Amino acid sequence: MRTLEQTTQEILELATKHFKAAPGSLKAQDDFYKKLGIDSLQALELLSRLENHFHIELPDYEVQGVSDFKTLAERIQARL
Amino acid sequence: MLDLSKYSSIGEAVRDALETWPREVCLYESDRGEEKQRITYREFKERALPLAKWLQASGFRAGDRASIIMTNQSKWLISAYAVFYCGGTLVPLDYKLKPEEQWTLLKHSGASVLITEHPIWRQLSVSLCRAQTPNVKTVLVTEAPAIADLAGAQPWEAAKGTGEPVFVPRKREDLACIVYSSGTGGTPKGCMMTHGNYLEQCVALTSIYPFWPGVKYLSILPTNHAIDFMVGFFGPFICGAAVVHLRTLRPEFVREAFPKYQITYVSLVPLVLKNLQKGLQARFDELPPAKRRIFERLRNINKTLTKSRPILPLSRLLLRQAHAGFGGKLEAIIVGGAFTEPQTLQFFYDLGIPVANGYGLTEAGTAVTVNDLHPFRADTVGKPLPGMEVRILNPDADGIGQVSVRSKTLMVGYLNEPELTAQTIVDGWLMTGDMGRFDAAGQLQLFGRKKNMIVTEEGKNVYAEDVEQAFEGLPVKEFCVFAANYIWPSRSMVGEQLVLVIHLEPGKAFSEELREDIAKRNSRLINYKRIHGIVVFDEDFPLTASLKIIRVSLAERLGKLERNQAVVAV
Repeated sequence: MRTLEQTTQEILELATKHFKAAPGSLKAQDDFYKKLGIDSLQALELLSRLENHFHIELPDYEVQGVSDFKTLAERIQARL
Repeated sequence: MLDLSKYSSIGEAVRDALETWPREVCLYESDRGEEKQRITYREFKERALPLAKWLQASGFRAGDRASIIMTNQSKWLISAYAVFYCGGTLVPLDYKLKPEEQWTLLKHSGASVLITEHPIWRQLSVSLCRAQTPNVKTVLVTEAPAIADLAGAQPWEAAKGTGEPVFVPRKREDLACIVYSSGTGGTPKGCMMTHGNYLEQCVALTSIYPFWPGVKYLSILPTNHAIDFMVGFFGPFICGAAVVHLRTLRPEFVREAFPKYQITYVSLVPLVLKNLQKGLQARFDELPPAKRRIFERLRNINKTLTKSRPILPLSRLLLRQAHAGFGGKLEAIIVGGAFTEPQTLQFFYDLGIPVANGYGLTEAGTAVTVNDLHPFRADTVGKPLPGMEVRILNPDADGIGQVSVRSKTLMVGYLNEPELTAQTIVDGWLMTGDMGRFDAAGQLQLFGRKKNMIVTEEGKNVYAEDVEQAFEGLPVKEFCVFAANYIWPSRSMVGEQLVLVIHLEPGKAFSEELREDIAKRNSRLINYKRIHGIVVFDEDFPLTASLKIIRVSLAERLGKLERNQAVVAV
């Protein structure tokens, strides 16, 4: 079982790769809309990637209003 | 299609539709690509009437208000019909708002009943604002787990009365819905729409884009939005057509739904349309050079042959693969909610996929103008719909002035806001605050706004005043939020942004600490409401006798500054 820190780290790595961000530039408390300059559709694409990676289902309502990696990690952790 | 001239209310028309097409499917509901249910018109009636009976037994009467806060799904429409059956007024609210915003609007609307989904209720029920909204007496929650503590709510699925409910007739002038066009932070703008408004709008829209049994409309825009309410509920139902709900907005499932259900119509906001364009363009770019040349040639042939009007069978034949991705039955993509860039519209039309571009406002009862595709014009928002009078007020040398509208589809006014209503509807004409002109062919072109607001590509209206709450307590003498284009008028409606104007305390300088404070507050706002820049202004803001900022005067003074120099990044 992953720890919350491990989950967060994996999310940051996946987001860095998916959106081609500079390695190490993303932090847990970052607002991913602002930091990555993405729109709501791109955020949904990221969620699909995360679902495949963690082998979970994350309903849209679970991430409604979530805009930082830390909260996203907590929601994913709860479903692992 | 039912002859709507014979009906006085939404409920009456839908009631007849349910009897007219009992065996037709009216709803398809899918979840993550897996179809969960299909509901016929008869089954829709069988699910709605026990709910109507339950509402009546619980004391819900004609004119009472019931709010729906739900994602797009069958129970949204079933609940809405049950409310109309009882003669109630519907208050559809955006499920994406924060709980405190939803409670504010619930209080303002005076709704006595709330119908919502369990994940939404989980957040609403623990909000401190709940205690300040005693008007909401009954809460029904869908899809709640059996062991869930519903915090005073009741399961929707158990809200079934026995026996036949009484159909409560309404007149055309009676209120059908209160639709909030904005106002969660400032003045709530609850547009009071009558049954007559919807009946008239539906006749006008379906005269250009008809529905019929067999049509499948993909419902993606939230149903509380005026467009989806009309073309994802009322319009299809009174024509015997079907609505497809996906329960998710993930792009991969939306893409999959087109061929799976052979979708006939879909409404999209510009953001989603542009995303589709990006995906298609990437696929075309990957074609080997020889195939790419053939594709370009076919696209050019299609473009030439469909210049004066769409010829769908021909386009589907010529550009088979591109159309296959859309299911091969797509009649048109309806695009709305915000301004769409002409090159995006042209991209789809060149592929033989008609895009119904239009212009509308909630206050005007959805659409005012729409492109009838004869011929397709990417640079305009089309001609006024039948029954719509549109005129340009005080046109300048280029013919550009404020667009004003008069029709039977105009709202009665804003709920509890007589002054605002009087400013917005003058002598029967709706002052839209949008700037436009008619071209020689009678098509409307839009050129920016006169009002202090922005519309995002997601179709969200954001009034500058509504965002100010987030900056209350900022250590400055005074502040104000503006749409940048309101200060520095632009003839563009693309990429609109908000700016925060601050007047520092005497002797204080703009510091990094203050910038960080602003950035922190800004990040707490939902992404589309955030400000994009800060303007430090050295003068006292002009104030009324009651110490309210005179925004028009302040904007005029700010307008004298050079935009690029005045705005600093957040």
